Amino acid sequence: MTPVATPFFFYLLAATMLVGGVMVITRKNAVHSALALITALLAQAGLYLMLYAPFVAGVQIILYAGGIMVLFLFVIMLISIERTMKERQFNKQWLIGMVAAAALGGLFIAVYTTTTKGAALFPEGRLTYGESTNTQDIASLLFDRSTGMYMFSFEIASLLLLVAIIGAVVMSKKRI
Amino acid sequence: MESMLHITTLHYLVLGAALFLLGVIGVLTRRNVVIVLMSIELILNAVNLNLVAFSRYWQSRPVNMGGGPSALHGQAFAIFVITDAAAEAAVGLGILIAFFRNKETVNVDEVNLLKW
Repeated sequence: MTPVATPFFFYLLAATMLVGGVMVITRKNAVHSALALITALLAQAGLYLMLYAPFVAGVQIILYAGGIMVLFLFVIMLISIERTMKERQFNKQWLIGMVAAAALGGLFIAVYTTTTKGAALFPEGRLTYGESTNTQDIASLLFDRSTGMYMFSFEIASLLLLVAIIGAVVMSKKRI
Repeated sequence: MESMLHITTLHYLVLGAALFLLGVIGVLTRRNVVIVLMSIELILNAVNLNLVAFSRYWQSRPVNMGGGPSALHGQAFAIFVITDAAAEAAVGLGILIAFFRNKETVNVDEVNLLKW
């Protein structure tokens, strides 16, 4: 199925994402930041759908909007928010931080506009739209006996999650 | 105008770069640890967007160059990055709760126990 009105939806979702990102780093109340982050992440899931990555889009919604953001909101409830809101929100290095970010942005612009032998360094070719057996293909990359080249990495990722669970429990225990 | 309306890989890369910069500004300038962690999530998501965009581009390449419809390495990497983000959020928020219990604050400027 060919997507319709691709430029319109791209710019709509991109604008939602950027506005959400700006809200995350400027709001005083951490709950508002979390809600803005959910907005940005849902818009990003829409962009994944436009890039023909439905499985990653589903994982994004379930894991970020459903999992990580709930974790953030629970932690915001556990810590006292009133005192934080009365304090200064930006630290003393904000000017240096902006300069560093501007330098990084200049680097990105320089890299993305670089051309070697007349051709752009990064591909500009129009994306083509293919059939999607997307979830199955990702599964065969992750698990399949012959083509699954990320099987070992997958096992390591499960180990990493185990370590994260144990670490989170140990960190938030009152007495270890 | 014509190049604005043809959505290419570069559009996604520029969007990812903008989101990455927002995350970097958040990490460098905010004092609230919770918002610093959210900015780190923004950075990881910018990387994910680049990975999926390149995966899409690579799928449109010919098969004999390693492309083709089943060249989904970028998406597999994106899954791993999401796994890392989940682990990072869990451990980071655990550390945050331990810190809040000790100091009664979430201000990143007061995290100076290891400073000498």
